Amino acid sequence: MTDQATDPYLDEEQPDAVGPLRRYQPTPIVPGATVTGAALVAVVAIMTFLASLTIGSVSAVRGLASSWTADISRETTIQIKPADGLDIEAALAAAVDTARRAAGVAAARALDPAETAALLEPWLGAGLDIANLPVPRLVVVTLSPAAGPADIAGLRTALAGRVPAATLDDHRQWSDRLTSTARQVVAVGFAVLALVGAATILSVVFATRAAVAAGQSVVEVLHLVGARDSLIAGEFQRHFLAVGLKGGAIGGGAAVLMFFVLATLPAWLRGGAPADPAATLIGAMTLDLRGYGGIFGVSVLVVLVTAATSRLTVYRTLRRLR
Amino acid sequence: MVRFENVGLRYGMGPEVLKDVTFGIPPRSFQFLTGASGAGKTTLLKLMFLSLKPTRGLINIFGRDAAGLGPDEVAVIRRRIGIVFQDFRLLDHLTTYENVALPLRVQGREEASYRSEVSELLQWVGLGERMHVLPPVLSGGEKQRAAIARALIGRPDILLADEPTGNVDPRLARRLLRLFVEMHKSGTSVLIATHDIALMDQFDARRLVISDGRLRTYD
Repeated sequence: MTDQATDPYLDEEQPDAVGPLRRYQPTPIVPGATVTGAALVAVVAIMTFLASLTIGSVSAVRGLASSWTADISRETTIQIKPADGLDIEAALAAAVDTARRAAGVAAARALDPAETAALLEPWLGAGLDIANLPVPRLVVVTLSPAAGPADIAGLRTALAGRVPAATLDDHRQWSDRLTSTARQVVAVGFAVLALVGAATILSVVFATRAAVAAGQSVVEVLHLVGARDSLIAGEFQRHFLAVGLKGGAIGGGAAVLMFFVLATLPAWLRGGAPADPAATLIGAMTLDLRGYGGIFGVSVLVVLVTAATSRLTVYRTLRRLR
Repeated sequence: MVRFENVGLRYGMGPEVLKDVTFGIPPRSFQFLTGASGAGKTTLLKLMFLSLKPTRGLINIFGRDAAGLGPDEVAVIRRRIGIVFQDFRLLDHLTTYENVALPLRVQGREEASYRSEVSELLQWVGLGERMHVLPPVLSGGEKQRAAIARALIGRPDILLADEPTGNVDPRLARRLLRLFVEMHKSGTSVLIATHDIALMDQFDARRLVISDGRLRTYD
C-alpha cells in the first residue's frame, strides 16, 4: 500500500479536488472524440502536403524555365556556312563587325579554328585540321540585357545586307519550347491543385457530417437548453479548426522540409566539389521565397477551407435536425 | 403565457395523436398533465417546447405565434422554458456542475458570474457533494435532480417536467414535488406530466387529462 501523505500523485491531485478554489477549466461542450480526430488530421496533412508539393514544383519549374530562357536568349549565334569562293575569315570578320555595330549587342566574338575543332571533337575526333574541311564557323553574340526582338531583327537585316552567307540563330525555337512546356506544367499543377482542393473539401464535409451525427445527442441537448445554431456551429468549427491547423502545419511543414532537403542535399553530397550536371539538375529544383510563400499560403488556405466547410456543413445538418 | 387552440398533430400519415387540443397555461399556475402511457403527454410537452410543429391549430407562446418563429427566436424562447425529460438528457462528458450550468453557458455568460448560483442550486437539490462527478456515476435519482436543476438554473417562466418522479422512490418523489411547489410559489408556472396518482393527490392543483387524443381540464 502506498502512503497517502507521501504519494506524489495524490499530492498533485489534492488541490484539484478542493472544488470551488481550483482554477476552472471548462470542458468543451462538443466532446473532442466525436470529431474523428487523428484520421482527419492525417487526411488534411496529406492533402496539404500534396497541394504544397504541387505549388512548390510549379514554382520551381517556373523559376527554372525562366532562368533557362533568359540564359538562352541572352546569347545568339551567327553561323557562316562555307561556300565556293567565300573567304570565310573575311566573312567572319565582317559578321563580327556588323554585330558589334548593331544596337543591343554587348559583345561579339568569332570562335577561332581551335575552338571550332574542340566543338566538333566529340564527333570527328581530336587533331582535326578544320582548314581542310567545309565546316561552318560561328560568331557568339552576347546581347545586352535590354535587348529586345527589334534589335535581333535589326541585326538580322544588317547581316543579310553585308554577309549574305551568314544566318542568325536566336535560339527562339528552344526558348519557345521551354516556355510552352513550362506553361503546360503550370497548367497541370493548377489542375492537380484544384483536384486536391476538391478532395479536401469533400473529406471535411463527410467528416463534419459524421461528427455532427455522432454528436447528435449533444446537439439536441444544446437545442433544448436554448443554444443558438451559431454557438453550436462555432463549437464544432473550433474542433475542425484545430484539426485543420494540425494537418496544415504537418503537411506544409513536411513539404517545406522536403524542398529544403532537395535543395541542400546535392551540396552535401558534393562536399564542396564543383557541380556536376546531374546534381545541378536536382539542385535547380530549389524554391525561392515566393515558392515557400506559396506553400505557406496553400497551408493557410487548407485550414480556412476546413473551418469554413465544417461550419457550413454543421449549419446544414442542424437545419435538418430541427 | 401558453395558449393552444384546436391543435392537432399526426406523425406522418398516421392517425391524429392529438385532436382539437385547446387550453392555456396562465402565469404563476400549477398543473398536472396526466393520461395513460402513450396518450400523448410527451408529445404535448414537445409541442409546448417548440420541438414539434402542430399539423393544425394555433400555438401561442409568450404572445408570439409559434408557427412564425425563426431558429434563433426559438432558441431565445426556450431560455424562458425549463424542461425536464424523462430520460434526463444530461451530457455524459460534462460534470454535474457543467451540465447544470449549460443553459447559462450557452447564453454566453462568464463562468465566474454564475458559479455561486449553480453551486447553491446544486446544494439545494442535494447534489452539493456530486458537483464534479460525471453523470454515468450518478444514480437515477441524482440524475433526475441534476436534470431538474438544469431546467431551473435559468429562472424559467415555465417549467415543464416529464415524469419527474418516474425513477425515484416515494420519499424522493415527495421531496422533488416540494421543489416544484417552491418554484411555483416563487412565480414560475409549473406543468408536471405524470401518471402517478399518489403524487397528484399530494398537491391540490388543476389537472389536464389526455385520453383518446383529446384534452380535458379539471379545475
